[in-house]
Amino acid sequence: MKSSVQALEGIKVADFSWIIAGPLTGEFLGDFGAEVIRIESYTNPDNLRSISPMKDGISGINRSATFARYNCSKYGISLNLKHPKGLEIAKRLVAWADIVLENFTPGVIERLGLGYEELQKVKPDIIMLSLPLLGHSGPLANHPGLGVQLSDLIGFGNITGWPDREPSTLPGAYTNFISPYFAISALMAALDYRRRTGKGQYIELSQFEAGIHFLAPVILDWLVNAREPVRKGNQCDYAAPHGVYRCRGHERWCAITVFTDEEWRSLCHVIGNPALTEEPRFETLMGRIESAAEIDQLVEEWTANHSAEEAMTKLQEAGVPAGVVLNGRDLFENPQLSARGFYKELTHLEIGPHHYPSPPFKLSKMFGEPRMAAPCLGQHNEYVCRQILGMSDEEFVQLLNEGVFD
Amino acid sequence: MLSPYRALDLTDAKGFLCGRALADLGADVIKVEPPGGDPSRNIGPFYHDIPHSEKSLYWFAYNSGKRGITLNIEASDGKEIFEKLVQTADFVIESFAPGYLESLGLGYSTLSAINPRIILTSITPFGQGGPYRDYKTSDLVSMSLGGYVYLTGEHDRPPVRVGFPQAYLHGGMAGAAGTMIAHYHRVLTGEGQWVDVSIQEACAWIPPDSYNFWEISQLLEERHGAVRVRPETGARLRRVWKCKDGYVNFELYGGALARAFTIPLVAWMEEEGMAPDFLKEIDWAAFDYSAATKEEVDRIAEVVSRFFLTHTKAELWERGIKHRCVVYPVASPQEVVENVQLNARDYWIKIEHPELGDAITYPGRWIRSSEAPLRQQRRAPLIGEHNVEVFTEIGLSKAEINMLKQAGII
Repeated sequence: MKSSVQALEGIKVADFSWIIAGPLTGEFLGDFGAEVIRIESYTNPDNLRSISPMKDGISGINRSATFARYNCSKYGISLNLKHPKGLEIAKRLVAWADIVLENFTPGVIERLGLGYEELQKVKPDIIMLSLPLLGHSGPLANHPGLGVQLSDLIGFGNITGWPDREPSTLPGAYTNFISPYFAISALMAALDYRRRTGKGQYIELSQFEAGIHFLAPVILDWLVNAREPVRKGNQCDYAAPHGVYRCRGHERWCAITVFTDEEWRSLCHVIGNPALTEEPRFETLMGRIESAAEIDQLVEEWTANHSAEEAMTKLQEAGVPAGVVLNGRDLFENPQLSARGFYKELTHLEIGPHHYPSPPFKLSKMFGEPRMAAPCLGQHNEYVCRQILGMSDEEFVQLLNEGVFD
Repeated sequence: MLSPYRALDLTDAKGFLCGRALADLGADVIKVEPPGGDPSRNIGPFYHDIPHSEKSLYWFAYNSGKRGITLNIEASDGKEIFEKLVQTADFVIESFAPGYLESLGLGYSTLSAINPRIILTSITPFGQGGPYRDYKTSDLVSMSLGGYVYLTGEHDRPPVRVGFPQAYLHGGMAGAAGTMIAHYHRVLTGEGQWVDVSIQEACAWIPPDSYNFWEISQLLEERHGAVRVRPETGARLRRVWKCKDGYVNFELYGGALARAFTIPLVAWMEEEGMAPDFLKEIDWAAFDYSAATKEEVDRIAEVVSRFFLTHTKAELWERGIKHRCVVYPVASPQEVVENVQLNARDYWIKIEHPELGDAITYPGRWIRSSEAPLRQQRRAPLIGEHNVEVFTEIGLSKAEINMLKQAGII
């Protein structure tokens, strides 16, 4: 039985961040019950709001499903931070908040008058987290860039793809799906630290520095053994067969990985070729690795006559690690993800009913999933001002007329 | 920040990073291995290429900062000692197959009866329920079932995974985030709980838009290697370009992003006399790829690719910085290690390995806190290195420890 109380109930987050790494951090906190207010502006809306897919293929500031994906479970307010009263409202939100998130280009938040020192004046124990790309100090602090380029700067692209081709580079902005976990771990520790000591803090998470940890052994291999990594497709040094195999249908593939003799024997039976278990050349791992190309062909002769789902199911039932190479539609229809309620449907004001992924971890006693569809720009201006900041009707209308929310 | 807390880390490679993150934040993380050591110690690469369970660089990277004990939790004495440890602990992290701990009588209900505050974090391939619960996995299988493999690689070859295994790192870090959310609730209420992490779900977050394109537009994103193709327009944009001695990442953005990409690049090309008139005449701030013809885009790409070929990676990166132009190298490990920004920020940490007679340089702090810096790491534990220390802490006598060693419990 899950409790009606949420894990982060009572935690308040002022989310000034944009694009993905910061907003996704805020979204996960919101999914677990934190009250999150996403602060944007009409003059400088989140770039993600112009990224497709758009509802019905029609562009519009509230129609991007990409933006929507990273901003569930939040209230949205549009605030002109260059207007003195806009800045004042931002500070009132900081005074309300436990956590402030931002990932503007370094220096921007200070120029807006919302640097950590300013925030401390408003709320001495505030916890502020910045997620710059390359870091707030150092010679490249102000050098622009996006997560899309960062994954190559860290070295992910260099090792991905085929030895006889150019590097494949990673689709999307890979590091955006690394930083939020580090950010949340640090923020929760900071909340606990504040509870024990009464002190807030400023936390800087350079996405460059955090991302390198996902390649640490490759870096150590260079530092200790001077080894240059090479691209090797799907090959694994200690398993064969180990690859992605063509199945029946257009662009249908199944990943199959065989590490042990037992898995090899199971595979031979599944693919209807038990005689292979008697083949001395394939008996040992060393032999299988030497004959990998030949084995790949034998495996693919079988997979080509099966759907990717059949191939996976038959192999898994026999204890061989295998998985369909899921495309966008398959993800959406995957029985395992569905059984765990991974994609949750919510109704977005302009996009309409739309599915949103849940955090990849569940708590046994509390819900953690998207609770509200992403806000339209400025959707909760009135709610935030009236209910959260306790403004009078008159004050709100006056600010509205003065263009503070434009 | 987490110095008052203790974690027992029973994970194999599927969950190493979770405990590592907690240790960096200051927790006392005790790696609990089976007697003889965790089989994950056999994952390469190895120190000086010597294949040895005390020399795995993979183990070093993801277990530094932890203490280490050996304990056979399948034996009744081992179980009893583990239960004693649980009384002193705040977290238990594990990555066994679903149901395994329960079969030993060490499932969440038992652990929470021993210590109601305990947080048990289980990092498994598919989570604790659902039709795939008992399926086996590997990095390639998890990344495939997360949807990222489909998008990676060349269109005329099978899809590929990221060249270094990533799935378990995502699972491990998702585990750290979930653990810490449960922790914060516990410090307020005293109530522990069970955190159920699915590596597949962590991987399913990585493909940027593929499920979304399907749901919203009934379009499938496909893989195109170093080229980006927007499914709705078919516009092809090159992301990786060959230069004199390698590759760089650059995108020919139009619109707002052109300010940091195309506009400074064209100015730079002009300085070097390599910008033809048609290129200079393009209004990049207004340039829209969905309206551009394939011929136009190809023509642009051709002159840009000729420009990159006249420079080395280092020249493009350094002069790109001067021009405030986002040309990033497709970096090798050496280039990462020598990166000027990381070095200026004192990123790399040297950690002593006395038994190797060497100090190894590691990736450093993943956050910088104004209040409580990440803990200076200690190197990863040797097999059973802290047995005496830890077992003495929970009140075992020297004689008892000796007995347990001889019985193969520790």
